[in-house]
Amino acid sequence: MNIEDDDFRLFGLPERFAQDAAQLDRRWRELQTEVHPDRFAAQGAAAQRIAMQWSVRVNQAYQRLKDPLKRAAYLCERRGAPIDAERNTAMPREFLMQQMAWREALDDAGDSSALQALAEQVEQQERASHRQLQALLDERNDVAAAAAQVRALMFVARFRQDIEHRLEALES
Amino acid sequence: MALLQISEPGQAPDPHQRRIAVGIDLGTTHSLVAAVRHGVAECLPDAQGRVLLPSVVRYMEGQRRLVGFDARAFQAEDAAHTVASAKRFMGRRLADLQGAAQLPYEFVDQAGMLAVRTRQGLKTAVEVSAEILATLRQRAEDSFDDELFGAVITVPAYFDDAQRQATKDAAQLAGLNVLRLINEPTAAAVAYGLDHGSEGLYAVYDLGGGTFDVSLLRLTQGVFEVVATGGDAALGGDDFDQLLAAWALQQSGCSAVSAQDKGALQMAARRTREALTDHAVATLHCPLDAGDLRLEVTREQLEALTCPLLERTLAALRKVLRDARVQRGDVLGVVMVGGATRMPAVRRAVGDFFGTDGHVRVLTDVNPDEVVALGAAIQAHALAGNAKDGQLLLLDVIPLSLGIETMGGLVERIVERNTTIPVAKAQEFTTYQDGQTAMAIHVLQGERELVADCRSLARFELRGIPPMAAGVARIRVSFQVDADGLLSVSAVETGSGVQASVVVKPSYGLADDQVAQMLRDGFAHAQDDMRLRALREARVDADRLLLATQSALAADGELLSDADRRSIGALMDRLRELSAGEDHDAINAAAEALAKGTEEFAAARMNRGIRDALAGRSIEDV
Repeated sequence: MNIEDDDFRLFGLPERFAQDAAQLDRRWRELQTEVHPDRFAAQGAAAQRIAMQWSVRVNQAYQRLKDPLKRAAYLCERRGAPIDAERNTAMPREFLMQQMAWREALDDAGDSSALQALAEQVEQQERASHRQLQALLDERNDVAAAAAQVRALMFVARFRQDIEHRLEALES
Repeated sequence: MALLQISEPGQAPDPHQRRIAVGIDLGTTHSLVAAVRHGVAECLPDAQGRVLLPSVVRYMEGQRRLVGFDARAFQAEDAAHTVASAKRFMGRRLADLQGAAQLPYEFVDQAGMLAVRTRQGLKTAVEVSAEILATLRQRAEDSFDDELFGAVITVPAYFDDAQRQATKDAAQLAGLNVLRLINEPTAAAVAYGLDHGSEGLYAVYDLGGGTFDVSLLRLTQGVFEVVATGGDAALGGDDFDQLLAAWALQQSGCSAVSAQDKGALQMAARRTREALTDHAVATLHCPLDAGDLRLEVTREQLEALTCPLLERTLAALRKVLRDARVQRGDVLGVVMVGGATRMPAVRRAVGDFFGTDGHVRVLTDVNPDEVVALGAAIQAHALAGNAKDGQLLLLDVIPLSLGIETMGGLVERIVERNTTIPVAKAQEFTTYQDGQTAMAIHVLQGERELVADCRSLARFELRGIPPMAAGVARIRVSFQVDADGLLSVSAVETGSGVQASVVVKPSYGLADDQVAQMLRDGFAHAQDDMRLRALREARVDADRLLLATQSALAADGELLSDADRRSIGALMDRLRELSAGEDHDAINAAAEALAKGTEEFAAARMNRGIRDALAGRSIEDV
């Protein structure tokens, strides 16, 4: 066990897309219980610095493993297909059409119930993409297709954030 | 389980060493100090048996000061020199302050932080707060008849980096060793969670004198995980009082112009609001320069008047639930914190928000004034290595996003709000002009897109970038937020290795040399000989480090080569030898050398600890 280990190894989890969220949370709490700086509060500055590095590392891995999008991107990278979203902007035509339709729906949504309906639609799409990612990464090992799926999902995630910002603006 | 042996907070390096650690709630209206005694957290009373210390400092002729009740007694009579609610000015500029004109002070906008002009000169909120902290420290030392090992100080969860740093500065000025800054709602949950052994998702609704916080926590086997936090750092009971005071003036046709009138009216408004908690009608009575103001106020009138404030708290509650992606029904209970939650309208509104079916428990059984200090005391006790079961762990989050300014006055977020701390994140940026050799880095905190709408935390420059075509340089900006929620930023050009970094501090609060200057000016230690104090502190720190190193060697010494062992031994001897002398700088230098010299050893022990903690688990069975 080493601070340079990959996220899966650090958490003692199998290296695959499908993960049990409850187990991941539990492992995170267990690891933080071992490494958090507060566990070494009475042991001097050197121990504090090291604990801080470990704790940061554990949090970093947790953030990456917890979010399906980040986890998929991490797996793609590890298997030799970096996401590199800035240089890979080509998207399938149907995907772009759907994005435009969603953007229009967002512009037209006047109240929070319309926004919430749209959010629900987007989340459904995200869940479907996660199922595809699982098949691509865990069963077929088609990393190139998975990376393309991740790039598309990044747009979807950003769109969902835009909906949330609109909801926030409506409420405040 | 070697790691448990070395890290178990229940095992202090020397079991005979008593470590007195306290929790301090540095509040807007009043402050408290609490400690765990005989296994129970309790608030420490003053000589008159009172646990609350009004957060008020009066600056008098000569260098004399009054703190607490004695100061508050003069709040009306000597309003301009009697500073109350200083917490609202922590790490703030004048422009940040709402309703400054209503307050009886003469504010001066200094670089970094505003100050109040008193007869003893300009006083920042840091200095005022340090007086309060020093008073509480004295109270604790008198209670235990011993020096303090350290303190956990609570801050509103919604405090930004500037406000947190200002709080830490105040503690340093007061001569306190800060074990940790923790968030007030988290502290409240600790006080409740341990009493009730609760598990699951809980909300904390904390309406104090000057701040409003709401946090959502998940409790699992002694781990308190903050899932999301939000609130309003400028909304509290004081605002209810101000609305009531303004309304009373309008109703009565009176006016309050002088500082004295304003101070008196604000206090009268608070008394009336508090009276309306138990009574349907109360009389607001306040002697003003132009005659008495006397007005009957009903609870309904107060509630109608302050309804918009209450609605603001509920909006924050909705936002936090959305951030956490949970439903109201997922929440098992709401912990009510802060004196202002005694208002019936507040309890009713929160209860109604979560539904009236009784599914959500509204928890009010711990005194809302004391609960934060009690939770802080429990955490302080654990951090000092006194707790028998070291199971309590707080995992807190950063309340506001952090980012840097990019082209066009936009903010690029680097660390999102509600990220668990400690955290480190880096992002790459590039130059936009050919041959650009320097880059200005402007660090910001907030949720808005535009730089102008966020709080500026620091500016620094990365210089000496080798001239390259625009867009070729790779500048990696790294943010690190420690477990206190404090930020440091560094930047490096990855091709050339040119570096610059800043602990985010000087652009608002006090630079280290300013703190040092204040300490030299005899702040809070007028009678103390600073040199003796520094020597005593250096010796205590040296002893602590020697003990910790000794116990580490005893537990895991075999990790070291003979040569390493000898060199650590030499560093320890050197520190022991200097500790017997009088030169505190030399002691500190030798301690630093020992700390550095044992760093690799510490890393090796940590690695082994983690390995051992995970030993016996293969990938298949976890």
